[in-house]
This record gives sequence, structure tokens and C-alpha cells, in this order.
Amino acid sequence: MKSVKALVITAPGINCDTELSQAFSAAGAQPESILLSRLMREPSLVDRFDLIGLPGGFSYGDDIAAGRIMAALMRREMYPAISAAIARGTPMICPCNGFQIAVQAGLLPGPAGDSTSTSPPFLNLNAQDQFKLSSWPRTAATPTVALATNIGERFHDAWTRVEIPNNTKCVWTRGLSLVENCDMLPSAHGEGRFMTDAKTLEMLEKRGQIALRYVADENFNGSTNAIAGICDPSGLVFGLMPHPERFTRWTQHPWWTRLSTHERSTDTLGLSIFKNAVAYVNDYASSQL
Amino acid sequence: MSASHSPASHTQTIHRVEVRPRPGCVDVRGSSLLKRVIADGGVNARVIDYAQVYLISGELNQSDLLFISQQLLADPVTQIAFAGTSAQPKSGCTIEVHPLAGVTDPAAESVELAVEKLVGKVVQVRTGERWDFHGATKAQGETIAEKYLANKVVQAVHVVPYMPTQFPAGAARSVEVKEIPLLGLSDAELEKLSRQAHLFLDLQEMRAIQSYYRGLAREPREIELETLAQTWSEHCVHKTLKSRVSYKEKSLAIGSPSLLGRAGKISGHVSGDLGELVIDNLLKHTVAAATHSLMDATKPGAIDWCLSVFVDNAGVIAFDDTHALCMKVETHNHPSAIEPYGGAATGIGGCIRDVMGTGLAAKPIACTDIFCVAPPDTHVPKGCLPPARVLRQVVAGVRDYGNRMGIPTVNGGVWFDPRYVGNPLVYCGVVGVLPRELVRGLVRAGDRIIVLGGKTGRDGIHGATFSSAELTDSHADEFGHAVQIGNAITQKKTLDAILAARDAGNKPLFHAITDCGAGGFSSAVGEMGKDIGALVNLDRAPLKYDGLTPTEVWISEAQERMVLSVPVANIAALQNLCDDHGVTLCDLGEFGTPNKELILLWNGLEMGRLSMSFLDGGLPNPVREAVWDGDWHARYGPVGVSFGGADSGKISSTTSALTSATMIAPTHIHGGLLDTLCTLLAHANIGSKAWIIRQYDHEVQGTSVIKPLVGKFGAPGDAAVLQPLPHSTRGVSIANGLATGLAADPYIMTLAAIDECVRNLVCVGTDPTKIAILDNFCWPSCKDPRHMGSLVRASEACLDGALAYRTPFISGKDSLNNQFTTESGETIHIPPTLLISGLGIVANVENAITMDAKVAGNMLVLVGLTDEHMGGSHRSMLGDFENMNAQLPIVDLEMGPKTARAVAACIASGCVASAHDASEGGVLLAAAEMAFGGDLGLEIYLDAAPCAKNISLEERAFGETPSRYLLEVAPNNISALTKMLDGVAHAVIGQFNNTGLLVVGHEKISVDVLRSAWKSAGDNW
Repeated sequence: MKSVKALVITAPGINCDTELSQAFSAAGAQPESILLSRLMREPSLVDRFDLIGLPGGFSYGDDIAAGRIMAALMRREMYPAISAAIARGTPMICPCNGFQIAVQAGLLPGPAGDSTSTSPPFLNLNAQDQFKLSSWPRTAATPTVALATNIGERFHDAWTRVEIPNNTKCVWTRGLSLVENCDMLPSAHGEGRFMTDAKTLEMLEKRGQIALRYVADENFNGSTNAIAGICDPSGLVFGLMPHPERFTRWTQHPWWTRLSTHERSTDTLGLSIFKNAVAYVNDYASSQL
Repeated sequence: MSASHSPASHTQTIHRVEVRPRPGCVDVRGSSLLKRVIADGGVNARVIDYAQVYLISGELNQSDLLFISQQLLADPVTQIAFAGTSAQPKSGCTIEVHPLAGVTDPAAESVELAVEKLVGKVVQVRTGERWDFHGATKAQGETIAEKYLANKVVQAVHVVPYMPTQFPAGAARSVEVKEIPLLGLSDAELEKLSRQAHLFLDLQEMRAIQSYYRGLAREPREIELETLAQTWSEHCVHKTLKSRVSYKEKSLAIGSPSLLGRAGKISGHVSGDLGELVIDNLLKHTVAAATHSLMDATKPGAIDWCLSVFVDNAGVIAFDDTHALCMKVETHNHPSAIEPYGGAATGIGGCIRDVMGTGLAAKPIACTDIFCVAPPDTHVPKGCLPPARVLRQVVAGVRDYGNRMGIPTVNGGVWFDPRYVGNPLVYCGVVGVLPRELVRGLVRAGDRIIVLGGKTGRDGIHGATFSSAELTDSHADEFGHAVQIGNAITQKKTLDAILAARDAGNKPLFHAITDCGAGGFSSAVGEMGKDIGALVNLDRAPLKYDGLTPTEVWISEAQERMVLSVPVANIAALQNLCDDHGVTLCDLGEFGTPNKELILLWNGLEMGRLSMSFLDGGLPNPVREAVWDGDWHARYGPVGVSFGGADSGKISSTTSALTSATMIAPTHIHGGLLDTLCTLLAHANIGSKAWIIRQYDHEVQGTSVIKPLVGKFGAPGDAAVLQPLPHSTRGVSIANGLATGLAADPYIMTLAAIDECVRNLVCVGTDPTKIAILDNFCWPSCKDPRHMGSLVRASEACLDGALAYRTPFISGKDSLNNQFTTESGETIHIPPTLLISGLGIVANVENAITMDAKVAGNMLVLVGLTDEHMGGSHRSMLGDFENMNAQLPIVDLEMGPKTARAVAACIASGCVASAHDASEGGVLLAAAEMAFGGDLGLEIYLDAAPCAKNISLEERAFGETPSRYLLEVAPNNISALTKMLDGVAHAVIGQFNNTGLLVVGHEKISVDVLRSAWKSAGDNW
């Protein structure tokens, strides 16, 4: 098995980079944090990595709106390098502020592409799928989804139960089974209400681009269709409001003291998500040999 | 140099952009305000529309403006941008709220940065809020603005859309050396000067300064006087707590111990000529003496894990072989009284900087916040803000700063009392982690004085002296400039750059570091250079705008600045790191001068020169009179009556302005125990704080083990536990103790607070031999010997409590003069308030436990004796308690620590399924919290509770005797438990079951109802 290298992009105000790096480590990858200022000077640094993480935080203060400035900088300076990485098959995870940035930077929901293509192109790694990956546009698309102010107006920190749609093509969440108590993730944000137009929504649902939902009665931020996370059509780019990197140990669970050692013996949901992507990278690498 | 300080010429065109929700998208801010206005029974506006307003000054063409408005300022999916001023509602009004000139505007700074990076043009930006009230008159709109939207200290309200033709800009001033004639002043003139110049120095101090300058045969310069006033302020030097005190006792309540017998028995305590107790340097011989005694290596079992106490910005203890933990707790009361949002934000921001400036820089890993405010329905005297707004805004301030810094806020509390109406208390604590070899820094002569972080503006001038003064109804006008608004992102960048500079090579790039807090550069540079002197070029400080005088630069408390002592050889490397992180670096001068002086220059011209020895050691230390008058304190401050209801008339003699009738609806207290229980669960002090806790990111950094709300239903945890290092399961626990209910005798109150803090920590599995504590005194003016007397009693209890529990104080702070003088001349004193914060070690976080009951069939064990002393209890506050024994319960200094150790041993043995501290509200309340936390039923037998003598069920249920714990234990572990609790009173008082009911005698109630009662305290915030 080759060593899997994970890039963690940091910038002023990004503040979940440490735990994102720790989650990559726990899943068996080798993380490296690099400042956006350095990446913008040298975008080819991205090429060295097998995984990309765009962490949470309050990039550049989030004062105009969450992720706005960082997204504008990424669009202008980093889009070619990152879309090329995706076209090469590099999975990318964007929790919280990362999600807010990704939807404004043209990285999610990704190219609309051929609307007749409804089957997940990446469940089987074949040459045809490679072609589709390379179909990422050269310039960043105009945003079509948004993460608006929570319906309750305030910042809110809570764990919620989540669901993974059966048809998702997300390489981070697909195939994970959710068992009681291990079906939860923590969220902490003020702007996480998923919004989009009816057409985009239908397309995302139909094509398996919904990667994660809050269970219906725990959709605290008022997201459309209780959507907590989406992926691009390739399934590689995963944006989500919850923080899987904060649930890689059982002692992070809100009521772990109520659970037996047996119940705590499996991988946590957060760790499983990261391991899923690392496994994908390893499988993908061996498929390329 | 100064031309570059001006961001843009003020003659440029101003462009206005409004951003509002796209039609069809919910206007969350508009509808939230509408809901609140309607709920409060205010103006019945039909619809409220919100828009963000940006005013942008700069040479922008149409395509720039299109990019800025459509792509930078508005979200294309959910918002629309409008360039210009949109139409006002046909029937209704428009109100705009804009920050005043010079007030920090983080959103504007963000836009300026983004435009520079993305458009390549330098612009100047101000932001504002537009509110369109449909169906409301202009007067109604203004009322809403005043009540909910604007604080005139920092914001202006406009009744038409605001479109200035130019931004106000500072003009460069000519600089002159200003002398203040002092040598020939009389005493009265000295005092007048002190007040008028906002020096807040007393006569003796002014005389000391006069005599120093008479010796120099010259008049002081303005900047020198300001430096002395900052450095000698109560805020910076704690002169009251460090003073020599003469303590007498006039009257003692039953149960209150006399302190006079301590003379000759305790170091620094002697008997005066008239039998009074004379204490030389109160702080040194009480709080600090406890620590030094516990650390005394000549004594058996001496504590060896305190690494740095009282000398640095935070106290430091060992965590493991390689890492240390530090903690600091600050108050930011006066600024929060005038501008709660900015005051609280900069309070937590300043405390974070303290931790960043500890040793050779610590990484902040947790924040705490404790607020003391008036109940929402308290009568609000002129010059005070409504208490509900104060609380909402201080929470928002801590939220926006802590969350942006990426530091979890993990522990806190709120205490309500009408006497906080003019002086809300805002305690902010921060815990940090640092490598053990970096616990100490040392400034070296020849090092450069390097400032990292924010620019200097006129904000926060006189914060240190202001915070050391008493508030009056005119303070908002007089001291608006002392209020600061923070910009967390500036500080986050600075933190990242500092940690990178710390860890870049084998050794940090700097020799020492401290924060710019109260007193600004004057305190930071003065403190760092006190042994070697410093030469400061004030003209080099980067400014927010032109026009600051050298004195203003020197004492400004502008936020987010750190001062480092950097060897010349490392400057270039540090500059590179700062460039990468987007942090401003400024070389202000050099540490070390030939005569150990502080020399202040402006473009080479000497503005001031002071000897470090006078600055550091010239403060006179007078004897302060202290009198303990228990009768007076009991009359003036029993907390029970401050909650209004039938007894509220009692406080009218001293504080007629204060009433609060509805804080507790006294409707249930005529019923049975369970009716009273429900009332207490809904009490503002006791009920759910989830509305606050969930606004904080209490899990960022991924370290949380025990969160503030525990169990499946979010019940109130006793302490937070974190795992600071990813590869070690060793943990840190954080808790607090506050026993303001017992303020009628601060000696008893202080012991209870220490005991409570220890209990909270023990209940999550903390090792009781590794607990460090911090003291934060908030007191009324100690110029009144009666308040000084109560301060002495609290300090002496710190000594006794810390020694008994073997919990060394590692850091502390005091905020005195917390009293408010109303327009009519009446003075409202806060109750003496002491926060004890605790930092403990949990050997293995996987053995930590929580308070929610776990398993039906398990027994409930009460550990510790209950007595009949109901004074200060929440039950006593409800009133309607016949023949109540109003004596205050006091900690038994032998049994309290013994009980804590025994309970900790039980928890460590693994036989305790859950543990909870019985505190506010008493045993029945704590047991109810365990039951509804675990969603289990509980049958409880109060007559089985261990008591010193036979006392009533009500006393057993609701008494607040300290040192008691509730433990959930499996039946087959009871005998093992009994052995471990040998010599400590305990008994099985109940059993958990699956009925979902709490049963006491003939009464029963659903635990869902109990949980709802508890949660109801968090409604409508």
C-alpha cells in the first residue's frame, strides 16, 4: 500500500485544520497543512497530494458572508490546480466553512454535464469514468447552491443523527452502514441552511449527489430536503456542514459514557468516512497499475 | 511615514451597495427581529426587512463595482445587491444603524482586504444595517432601534438611508512635548487634576508623583503622567489587594468565624495596638501564601507540579512529562456595562492574548465564561442597559470572538441578582497548552521591541483607569472611547504566526512575549522592560488613522496586539512568517537603556523619560482600614430578598431602584416538595443554559470528552473534560465555583466556592491531588472599610480553603469599584462576588464519568451530611418558609477535603456509574437532574439522608450544605463503596427505575415534566 498524502489548506481564520489533519492521520494518511498564500504562489504544490481537505473555520473572518473571500480567492487562483486534481481522481473533503467555500468557488455541486447520465460513474473504475472526470470545466461555474443563515438566526452547536442516501455516489460516505449511536455527527455553524433551485435539487437527488442528510426531525438549520452534504457528479468532492473530523474517537461522542465497551469497539462514523476515502485512494491507485 | 497610514483620500466618491435576501428567500434577520418585537409586546410592525449596507470610497469603475456588488458582497443564489439607495417603504419607515467613525468595523476591514486582493484597488469601507419597518411610524422605528439594534456609544442611528459625501478622516497633528504643571499644586488641586485628566490616582499617589518630580526639579510631561496612571491603576497593579490592612470586627453573625485570632499565628498577620488584625500585603499573605506553603519543598508531600505561579500572564502547571497547562481568568465588567457585545468580545479576546503571552506562547485550548447580570425585569436606572439585552449581547460577544478564534467555550454559568444592573460581571477564562521547556521567557538587552497584530487607534483609551473607577450614569458619554470592538480574525492570524515562530526551529524566534492589554504599549513594554529599560519610537506604530497624539499611541488599548522581545538576528525570519500569515509586524524600538529608563521618542524627539525603578516601585502603600460588620452586610445584602416577591420591600432602604418581581413566579411554593422542585428547576440560576452553550462552538479542536451538556437529553454536566493531545488519553478538567448566595459572609462564601469547584471537578473523575485554582474578585469600592472588611474575609478564606483542599492558587485577578451611582445619587453596590475557577488532571479520559443516571436498578447514594442552615439557599430566596434557620451553611475544612478524596477514590475504582454535585437547589434538585438526564425514574427516600440532627424534609430536599455528592452505584457495588467511604457520612437514599417517574413519599411527577421545567429557563432568550 502506498503512502497516501493529504493536503490540508489553511488560511487566516481557518481553525479546524488541526483536527482535520488528525483525522487524516487516524485514517492512515499523511497530512500536511499548507497556507493558501503559499499555494497561490505555487499552485502546483497541489499535484503532490492524493487527498485534499478544505477545513472549517471563519476564513478571512466570514464577515461579509461565510467563506465569501476565501471562495473568491480560490476561484481566481486555485481553481485550475484543484479541478485538475479532481480530474486526476483526488478525493476532496470540505466540512463546514470548507463546504461554504466550495459551493461559492465553483467546486460544488460540480459540472452539470450530461443530464442523461444517472448512474454513478465511479462505482466501477473504468476508462469511461476517467473521461468524465476530465470533463471538469476550465473555469469555475457560477454558484447554484448556497448555505444561508440558519433558520434560527444564531450559530448552533449540536450533534444530530444523519442518514446516507442509498443512491449516493460520494466516495466518502457510500457503503457506510449506520448503527444506533454511530449514526451521528456534530455540527457547529451559523450559516448552514442548504438552499438551491428546484431544478438543481432534482438533479442532485436523482444523480446520487446527496451524500448526507440530517434525520428529518433534527434538521436544525432548516436545510432543503434536510441536506447536510453533497458531492460532485464524480463523487470525489464532498462538502458537508457537519464535522466528521470531530468524531474520530468514541470519547468525542456526546453520550459515550452511556455506551458499553462493546458498543464503542467499532470505528466511529467520522473515522469511517476518512477511511473510506483512503481506501478509495488505495483501490484507485492499484486500479491504475 | 505617516502618509501611508491614511488608507484613502477622503475626497473620493462614496459608492453605496445594499444587499438583501432575494425575493422568495427567508429574511432570517428581519423576521427574527419582528418575532422579538412582537413577543415583547412592542410596536406592531407588519413586516421588517433587513439589508446590509456597504459604503465604499475609492476610485472604482463600473466593472469594479459590478464585481464587488454582485460577486463579493451578494450571494448569487440567495441575495440581491443594489447599487445606490433603494426606495423606502410607502407606509412605514427606514432606520439605519452605522458604527461611529473610528469604531472597529471587522466586516469593512474584510471588504477592504478582499477588494485589494481581488480588484487590486485600495478602498475605504464602512458597513451599516438597514431596517425597513412596514407599518411603523418613524418614532416607533427609532424606539425599536434604541431597544434592539443600536448602542449610541458605538453606533449612530439614521432615520433616512445614510449616504455621507465623505468619510471623516483624521488629520495629522503637529506634535509637541506637553508639560503638566504639578510641582506647585495644593492637595485639592492634585485631586482635581487626577479626576479631570482621568488618571484616577488618589491623593497619596499624586503626592508621591509630585515629590518625585520635585526631586527631578521639573514638571512631568503628559505622557509620563499617563504612564504612571496606567501602571499604577488598580487594574494593572492590584494595589488594594497588595496593601497593608488593618482589620476590625464590629459584629459577627452566628456561624461566622472571627479572624482576629489569626494574629501571630499566620505569617504576615500581627495584632495591632487596639487588638485589630494587621495584615501586611493581603494578597501575599493569603492567596499567594497558600500556594507557596503547598509548594514548600521542605514539607512532606509538597506540590511539585506548579511550574509558574502569579508571575506570568497565566498560571502554569505540569500536564505530563512534556507539556504544561496554563490558565487565566479575566473580567471585563466596565466595558461590558457600556457596550456589552464589544466588552465581552474583547474580554475573551484579551484573556486569550494572556494565554498567548504566557511563557514563550501557549496555544489556547478552551474558554470559560461566567456572567452575573440582573434579572430581565429589573428596574433599569438611567445610564444602564436593559439586563436581557446585556446578557444576550455578552453571549454574542463571547460567541463571535471565541468561535472565530477556534477555541471551544466549554464551561460557564450565569448568576442573576438585581444588584448587577449597573455593573454586569463578565468573567472570561482561557486554558492553554505549551511545551514544558517553554514555560519561561527572558527579555534581553539589545532585543528589538516587536509588535505583531492589529493597528493602533484611539479605541480603548483609558481602559485601565476607567475600569478602576466607579460607574455613574454619565459614564457612557464620558468613557465611550474606552470601549473597544475586537476583530477576532486579526488575533487568530497573529496566534498562528506566533505559534509558527515558536515552533519553526529548535528554539523560538523570540526571547519573551506578552500581550497588549490594559494600558496598551505602556503596560506591555513597561512590564517587559522593567529590569533593563526600553527605548520606544512611538511614531513607528502602525495606525488605523491619522491624528493620534504620541500619548494616545502609547496608552491606546486597541485590540489584537502582542509585544515580543526578538533578537536582531531573527527579525528577517519572523518577518517572513508574518508575511505568509498576513500579519503586520512593527519594530517599535529596543529593550535595554544605559540607566534602565523608559525613553519615549516621536520622530527622534523625546516625549518622555521615566526611571523604571520609580515606575515599578514608586507606588505608595498606605494602610487600608477594614471593618467587618456582619449585621450591616446581612441587612444590605441577603440575596434572598433581592428576588422580589413578598420580601422585596426589605431592600428598599438601600437600593430602592431594584425590584424584580417575576424572576421566580412564586406560584408553586405552597404545594408539596415537587411543586417547589419544579419552581427551583425553572429558576434562572439553576435552569438550562442551553441557549447560551449551543451558541458556542464547544467542540472545535476536536478535544472534547465531557461536554457542557451531557446524556441523551443535554443535562447539566459538572465540569468539562478535554483530551488536549491526540496521542495521549490524559485529560484536563475545567470547572468553577461561585457561591454568591452566601455573600452575607464572604469568608463562608469563599470556602463554599472552593468546595463547589473541587466537587465539580471530582464528579467527572479528576484526581483531587492535582487541582489548581484561580481567584477572581469582583467587589464594590474598598474605599468603604466595610467592603474592605469583606475583601479581607474572602482573602483569608482563600488561604484556609486552598490549604485544606491542597488546591494551590496559580493566578488571579480583581475588579474593584463595581458600584453604580444613579442620577438621583443612590449607589448600587454589587454583592461581593468571587469566582473560583479550577483546572484539574484526569489520568485517563476513558475513565471520566458524567452525571446522567445510567441504569435502572442502580442505587442513589448521598455522600456528606446535610444540616438545617438554609441561609443563602435558593429555597430561601423563594420565601414562604416558616421558621427557617437563616444561618449560612459553612464548609467543614476537615470533612470537605476528606469527602472529596473519598469520592474520587470511589470513582477511580470504577464502581460509580454517575456522579453529581449537590449544590444550587439542594439534593432533591440534583437527583432530579440525574434522573431526567438519564431518562430514568427514581424513588427517593429523603428520611434516609445523613443529617447532623433530625431536620425537616424540606431542609433535606433543598438545603445547600456544601461538600455533598450524589453517586449512582450498582447494588452489588454498595458494600465496596461503603468501605471506601469509611469515616464519611453516606447513605443509600434512592433507587433508579424504568417508571419515568420521580417519587418522593406520597408525591410523584414525570421526569419529562421536570426536564421541561428545567428547560423552560432557557425560553425566550
